[in-house]
Amino acid sequence: MTTQVERHSYDVVVVGAGGAGLRAAIEARSQGMRTAVICKSLFGKAHTVMAEGGIAASMGNVNENDNWQVHFRDTMRGGKFLNQWRMAELHAKEAPDRVWELETWGALFDRTKDGKISQRNFGGHEYPRLAHVGDRTGLELIRTLQQKIVSLQQEDKKEFGDYEARLKVFQECTVTRILTRAESGSAADSRVCGVFGYVRESGRFFVIEAPAVVLATGGIGKSFKVPSNSWEYTGDGHALALLAGAQLINMEFVQFHPTGMVWPPSVKGILVTESVRGDGGVLRNSDGKRFMFDYIPEVFKEKYAQDEAEADGWYTAPDTHRRPPELLPRDEVARAINAEVKAGHGSPHGGVFLDVSTRLPAEEIRRRLPSMHHQFKELADVDITAEPMEVGPTCHYVMGGVDVDPDTAAATGVPGLFAAGEVAGGMHGSNRLGGNSLSDLLVFGRRAGLYAATYAAELAGSRPQVAEEQIEGAAAEALRPFSAEYAGNTDTVDGRPENPYSLHQELQQTMNDLVGIIRRAGEMEEALHRLADLRVRSRTAVVEGHRQFNPGWHLAIDLRNMLLVSECVARAALERTESRGGHTRDDYPQMDRLWRKSNLVCELAEYRGVITGQDPAMGQIKLTRRDMLPIRADLLALFEKDELLKYLTDEELSA
Amino acid sequence: MGTLDTTQTPGTATGVRTPGRASIPDRHLRTDRWWLAPAVTVAVLTAFVIYSTWRAFANSDYYAAPYVSPFYSPCLATNCVPMPAGADVQVFGPWWGISPALLVLIFPLGFRLTCYYYRKAYYRGFWAAPPACAVAEPHPKYSGETRFPLILQNIHRYFFYFAVIFAVILSYDAALGFRNAAGQWGHMGLGTLVLLGNIALIWLYTLSCHSCRHVVGGRLKNFSRHPVRYRMWTWVGKLNERHMALAWASLVSVALADFYVYLVASGTFHDPHLF
Amino acid sequence: MSYRGRFKIWRGDAKGGALQEFVVEVNEGEVVLDIIHRLQATQAPDLAVRWNCKAGKCGSCSAEINGRPRLMCMTRMSVFDESETVTVTPMRTFPVVRDLVTDVSFNYTKAREIPSFVPPPQLGPGEYRMQQEDVGRSQEFRKCIECFLCQNVCHVVRDHEENKTAFAGPRFLMRIAELDMHPLDAAEETGLDRKSTAQDEHGLGYCNITKCCTEVCPEHIKITDNALIPLKERAADRKYDPLVWLGSMIRRRRTD
Ligand SMILES: Cc1cc2nc3c(=O)[nH]c(=O)nc-3n(C[C@H](O)[C@H](O)[C@H](O)COP(=O)(O)OP(=O)(O)OC[C@H]3O[C@@H](n4cnc5c(N)ncnc54)[C@H](O)[C@@H]3O)c2cc1C
Ligand code: SF4
Ligand code: SF4
Ligand code: FES
Ligand code: FES
Repeated sequence: MTTQVERHSYDVVVVGAGGAGLRAAIEARSQGMRTAVICKSLFGKAHTVMAEGGIAASMGNVNENDNWQVHFRDTMRGGKFLNQWRMAELHAKEAPDRVWELETWGALFDRTKDGKISQRNFGGHEYPRLAHVGDRTGLELIRTLQQKIVSLQQEDKKEFGDYEARLKVFQECTVTRILTRAESGSAADSRVCGVFGYVRESGRFFVIEAPAVVLATGGIGKSFKVPSNSWEYTGDGHALALLAGAQLINMEFVQFHPTGMVWPPSVKGILVTESVRGDGGVLRNSDGKRFMFDYIPEVFKEKYAQDEAEADGWYTAPDTHRRPPELLPRDEVARAINAEVKAGHGSPHGGVFLDVSTRLPAEEIRRRLPSMHHQFKELADVDITAEPMEVGPTCHYVMGGVDVDPDTAAATGVPGLFAAGEVAGGMHGSNRLGGNSLSDLLVFGRRAGLYAATYAAELAGSRPQVAEEQIEGAAAEALRPFSAEYAGNTDTVDGRPENPYSLHQELQQTMNDLVGIIRRAGEMEEALHRLADLRVRSRTAVVEGHRQFNPGWHLAIDLRNMLLVSECVARAALERTESRGGHTRDDYPQMDRLWRKSNLVCELAEYRGVITGQDPAMGQIKLTRRDMLPIRADLLALFEKDELLKYLTDEELSA
Repeated sequence: MGTLDTTQTPGTATGVRTPGRASIPDRHLRTDRWWLAPAVTVAVLTAFVIYSTWRAFANSDYYAAPYVSPFYSPCLATNCVPMPAGADVQVFGPWWGISPALLVLIFPLGFRLTCYYYRKAYYRGFWAAPPACAVAEPHPKYSGETRFPLILQNIHRYFFYFAVIFAVILSYDAALGFRNAAGQWGHMGLGTLVLLGNIALIWLYTLSCHSCRHVVGGRLKNFSRHPVRYRMWTWVGKLNERHMALAWASLVSVALADFYVYLVASGTFHDPHLF
Repeated sequence: MSYRGRFKIWRGDAKGGALQEFVVEVNEGEVVLDIIHRLQATQAPDLAVRWNCKAGKCGSCSAEINGRPRLMCMTRMSVFDESETVTVTPMRTFPVVRDLVTDVSFNYTKAREIPSFVPPPQLGPGEYRMQQEDVGRSQEFRKCIECFLCQNVCHVVRDHEENKTAFAGPRFLMRIAELDMHPLDAAEETGLDRKSTAQDEHGLGYCNITKCCTEVCPEHIKITDNALIPLKERAADRKYDPLVWLGSMIRRRRTD
């Protein structure tokens, strides 16, 4: 069968149109590269629109003691020192510039009295640091970048008579393969040469040839049952990277946001922004007790208030009071809520109460938290200015991702591949602080775009060509769910084809129950078994209808990615025998200093680029343990010795 | 409200039946009573037009000392009934033989006719452009307010300026209501209350006008440099949110005030004196 | 708590289609999008629908429910009677792609036609100073999630395909208002007058302020009152107000 494939050629291809992708595209285009952006949904609808609370940058507009060093410290503490420290450093240093730049592109943040960008408090951040627009910061971010792209296109229209002369958005297109070419024929030196995908609307295939590809595909939440994430979060970028020969790190660290909606069932998981707590909201159990005081861990004892009076004082006089424990990093709060519910102190629908109604005047709540007010009113019939919300943990963010060079965002091992945003790993260590993602998107989105452009430019004459057989292979793989070969296949469970929707539901249930917030060795082994079984069954998933906008087909294709990524999470989580940040082991409840400097690296087990997956006993993922580079001395010097002792081993400290 | 010709062939179909759009023959699928609001608009506006036409041409029973009907103030012709101290300025000589109301009504009429709210109401109610949201309109062509005559709607602000003058005059009229029929101050009747109520609503309606909101501050780019105008804009903005309600309330109150004067002037009703 | 609900859903593509009836389980607290998903999982796996966030934040799931333009993820089933048949169709102003999915490229075309924000040349990044009251108006418009429901309901293009070239639609006229009210937008210094171009190039005059855009906006933006009418007034300043026009001839107007 020869497949009909639409062909394009660009200098840089950015996969993903969220904050990271758009920022990368803007940069690549500004460097003079012809740039294509590909996204699964419509332009301007990427997951980033959902971000609520704000974007962290130490501009010091509200508290002038803030600076990059403090931000760096907070980030490292939040990530329990597992962060790629160079990324954390670059991030803290460059975030303010990235935010200011947005203003010159038309963003309108909330203001302070003296006309600067206002900043709000958030969990784990020592000072008010989050630039925000009410509780719709992500929308502002994405709209600003979208409008910047439009303005670049308008410039091109003026210059070349064509809006899309140098920057084109391919919306509602899904990439299913990164194409690579090994010049010498050995897999070890293969380079990126383009991407393969399909147009959702028509089902037609396309290939974009390009020497540099930036992955900015976001996260993996849709592998879990209760996520705050949208359908886009099927871990595509993570899987694409693996299949192209790249490595993923820190996949065991999945952040469960402490406050998602728990009722009604159909909205379970939808996020309740942390700003509710930043602006005064408190957590109570069914006895009305502010239980977070009981859950302040040893490492944070000095930084957090020990009683209600002190905590309440902090909102008005932060210099003389310690912070309320509701603002502990997310992993701590999520675990605490989990424990309260387990102990039988939960709310009627299995969460706990989050209350602002008794803490702020109704008018103030509506002004500061407009979309929360709206969301609860519309979806749950709850007026948050008059009654408490019911909340519980929801799968929110994956800290793990593509292993990249901190400065250039280049993926290790695959020349021409870059990654930024949630799909990249390392920056946040074992746990991300609220607000640090949006700034991460901009800082590393820009870097990825810049270095991808540089790489493409340097390669100028000698760009690798796309191999036809790779295209054929990718097309065959994408068409598999339609093929008759599987419809009557006797291998299938009781001879019937599988329904991709049910497979997806089983996958979500498995991950939620067995590799969720609290993990145990036995359960994770069980999860790996079930994943293997699902993988075999997924090969017999059959879809009805034709290729034009067929959601069943899309899901069948996405299943490959979710299964790969889920296996990474489960394997890495089983391997790491300690609890740290977004990884909590019931059987190893303590943080272990020896594990601090280790990354778990996932790569494809079988030979490059091909997955057979027929044998359930065989995994698809190979896991290795790798030591991190020691933290640079001047950065270590930013911390007190006492504090470092909690995280670093004695040898590391004396070195 | 007109019905759409359902016999159109697909090739010539326009609007929601344009080829390429989801082929749904119905001009709307609404299940609620969407026709109620335009129907009420048509009923009330028609009633008002009939009533005011009758009263404007009547040229009688518009003054019952100390009350003057808002339809006839200011009264600008020699043929006006004398109104002691009232707003009767004889600009037009005896050659003006018909109702003096016709000389001035154009201003309040124009104000309301070009009012952004009334425009919405009658475009929907009378023109069916559109009859209601997501209900197809019956017209084959539409150019909105892009050309003559509807482009003239843009002069609304001038009517607003005149409306302020009229509101001042009507306030004066209402103040005159604190006299008795003999012209002595310090008295008050039910009619005084009627005129006061009317002028209050007229003021609120006039000040809540979108052009007013624009003029007092809306046209500025920077509010912080103009704190007083910003405050005025905020205040007018609050009123403006109720512009629709005020438009109806003041419409009814004008008619009622006129009718009250008519009742008293024609001797049908005796104005009760409060003090 | 749950019941069997009756639905009519439009299925088809640009070549034709029809309302198809379904009976589906409806549970407490569900929204229309949940029902569509249940249909996909159980009865119509290839039913095409566009959605992302299921939280009213991305503006993807626009459709018409019982004839009214709405977000499927924010329309709770509890607003309907259990005995009522709920009709779901794609937006009827844009070409249909398949089932509930329409081709909304009209909107992206219009977005490109609106000249972008012009940064003030004298200010660098980090030097912008704006007061909250100065950004408030534009911030309201920036709440827009680009669901295009307003573009869909506006009769100017809904009922008159031929107006699509001349008319930007409420969402993008609002964008012009947003930029014109931006305290630091320097378009005027570059010779771009957003006020009169709104009228001359983007079809502001077609709007007859009948407010359907405001009625359907899921973000409750007062599009007509706060963006379109003020913009009409601003255009009137330029084009229909001899006093202002005269003033502007006499002294180069301060940029306030
Ligand atoms: C509810 C919620 C609230 C949040 N609030 C905050 C906050 O207040 N502050 C903060 O810092 N962070 C917050 N976050 C986290 C943050 O929003 C995300 O981590 C971040 O937006 C991810 O951005 P991204 O650019 O990496 O990817 P995304 O914005 O998710 O974009 C991914 C893009 O990749 C595309 N894509 C994916 N797969 C493919 C494929 N196969 N082919 C083509 N395109 C593809 C998608 O279409 C999309 O355009 C929040 C997250 C959630 C869910
Ligand atoms: S108010 Fe204007 S823009 Fe809005 S729907 Fe009506 S005609 Fe269209
Ligand atoms: S203005 Fe409102 S209705 Fe229009 S696109 Fe934006 S959010 Fe949707
Ligand atoms: S009077 Fe209604 S808008 Fe001016
Ligand atoms: S799915 Fe995002 S708005 Fe409905």
